[in-house]
Amino acid sequence: MATQHSRSAARIMISPAVVLLLAWMIVPLVLTVYFSLLRYNLLMPGTERFVGFLNYKLFYQNPAFWTAMLNTLLLVGGVLIVTVVGGVLLAILLDQPMWGQGIVRILVIAPFFVMPTVSALVWKNMFMNPVSGLFAEFSKAVGLQPFDFLTHAPLASIIGIVSWQWLPFATLILLTAIQSLDSEQMEAAEMDGASPLSRFWYITLPHLSRAITVVILIQTIFLLSVFAEILVTTNGGPGNASTNLTYLVYARSLLNFDVGGGSAGGVVAIILANIVAIFLMRMIGKNLDA
Amino acid sequence: MGRITLDKVTKKFGDVEVIPPLDLTIEDGEFVVFVGPSGCGKSTLLRLIAGLEDVTDGEIRIDGQPATDLPPAKRGLAMVFQSYALYPHMSVRKNIAFPMKMAGMPEDEQKRRIDNAARALNLTDYLDRRPGQLSGGQRQRVAIGRAIVREPAAFLFDEPLSNLDAALRVGMRLEISELHKRLDTTMIYVTHDQVEAMTMADKIVVLRAGNIEQVGSPLELYRNPRNTFVAGFIGSPKMNLIEGAEARKHGAETIGVRPEHIDVSASEGTWKGRIGVAEHLGSDTFFHVHDTGLAETLTIRASGEVGLRHGDTVFLTPQADKIHRFDAQGLRIA
Repeated sequence: MATQHSRSAARIMISPAVVLLLAWMIVPLVLTVYFSLLRYNLLMPGTERFVGFLNYKLFYQNPAFWTAMLNTLLLVGGVLIVTVVGGVLLAILLDQPMWGQGIVRILVIAPFFVMPTVSALVWKNMFMNPVSGLFAEFSKAVGLQPFDFLTHAPLASIIGIVSWQWLPFATLILLTAIQSLDSEQMEAAEMDGASPLSRFWYITLPHLSRAITVVILIQTIFLLSVFAEILVTTNGGPGNASTNLTYLVYARSLLNFDVGGGSAGGVVAIILANIVAIFLMRMIGKNLDA
Repeated sequence: MGRITLDKVTKKFGDVEVIPPLDLTIEDGEFVVFVGPSGCGKSTLLRLIAGLEDVTDGEIRIDGQPATDLPPAKRGLAMVFQSYALYPHMSVRKNIAFPMKMAGMPEDEQKRRIDNAARALNLTDYLDRRPGQLSGGQRQRVAIGRAIVREPAAFLFDEPLSNLDAALRVGMRLEISELHKRLDTTMIYVTHDQVEAMTMADKIVVLRAGNIEQVGSPLELYRNPRNTFVAGFIGSPKMNLIEGAEARKHGAETIGVRPEHIDVSASEGTWKGRIGVAEHLGSDTFFHVHDTGLAETLTIRASGEVGLRHGDTVFLTPQADKIHRFDAQGLRIA
């Protein structure tokens, strides 16, 4: 990419992809914003008319809105904490030489390959079901009342399910980062009199900071839009105890057939995602600089 | 104090015996160099002393106290690694402070020692930089600084100069020697470079395949190599080792003559040969002489002013009192 000629050639060559991608993003975005300004209900076709910001006002005044907002942040934050802490610990464990390492690594990575609906259903029916689930069996075996996870702790249960899915991803990235740690650095710290805990705190953790940042950023993108796990387990309930923003948008547009309100929710979701992104980059973005 | 004794120390990796039972005593304040070709076990031996590897059998004593089962930090030794092993996310100051911080030393004492070390190593202007912003030689000095603030019983150096360029290496070699003179602390230094061994050591330990081939001062090893391996390893350029009929004339299986102990003449001498490559270093010239009637190419060292060139015919005479004789096992014949 040195000469003027090769630079302009490069621009011409990438322009079709750029134009295509731009159209792919701009068209749905513009349509969403447009719909959000209409009274657009699928039950009353032909009555669409411009209502200004009424949809936003209604969406904002919806009692479920703040709950959904809070649930979204709790879900993202909860899963991030579980996966980063658990991922670091698992990565250190998997880095130890042990018998059957290959099989254990495959087992740890396996949940990532199970699709969200399936894993959520497995958790709901095989583990958390208060009558026939494994957890209920355990409770009964030790003489306790079975706990109905999805009724009494719906959001925590969903955080658990989603964490289980994302833990392998975090573990995998952190494991590769741990393996790139120079062993002489560890030995130097050992000679310097650092205990295993101090070695973890002063050497391993700073070494992992960049990988942890990557894990947090990538997971946040996906966790803001968790949907399938909620749909197949709690349907956002009981009440709206496990409704997040994505689910609320779905409920407005496809359960209440209110496309206008749903679009307004979509735009709010975009704004929330950007606020979260700005905060994240402010907090941890500097870790990505070499 | 730093007197280190190895008593029948053995190291096995699985079934492979890397270091057969080995005895060695390192006196307090000595500069000892472990030298040998790569894979001879010199780094392993250093790591055994440091405590980074477990001893399979035998005992290590530091100042008379058994240290075989002590963890590395409790042995009172400091190590400088080949890759420097600086902590990349800490400033130079924090790197140097790390061992003291781990030992829970008071802040003002830490600061005093950091300042002393920084002054001694010319690092004062770099204390707030990260290792990534330093040159190779500066990183090396930080690694040494991190070692000296602990005031250890002995320093261990694992090929510390091998990542530096030639000019810097000579400079650092001098600095480490000066450091040793000043601190008067035991130093153990591992290298594969016999020039470093010769120039720095009080005592050289030549290793081959985990065995000690010879222990002695640089000049002892140069003058009286115990066998053909040491003879060929110590000295640059290498000693000429000649086998066959010429050796038997001297009552030996192999004779060795150093390049600097062969006299060159244009008219008469013991061996007649033709000059192949001539390496002019300015102060010296190395000639590689072929067609002498011996199986081996001879290397000779002459002063820089000798006016001989490629293709010239020369006559060579070994200095009679400087011929080393070795028997069929390669051992020196006294």
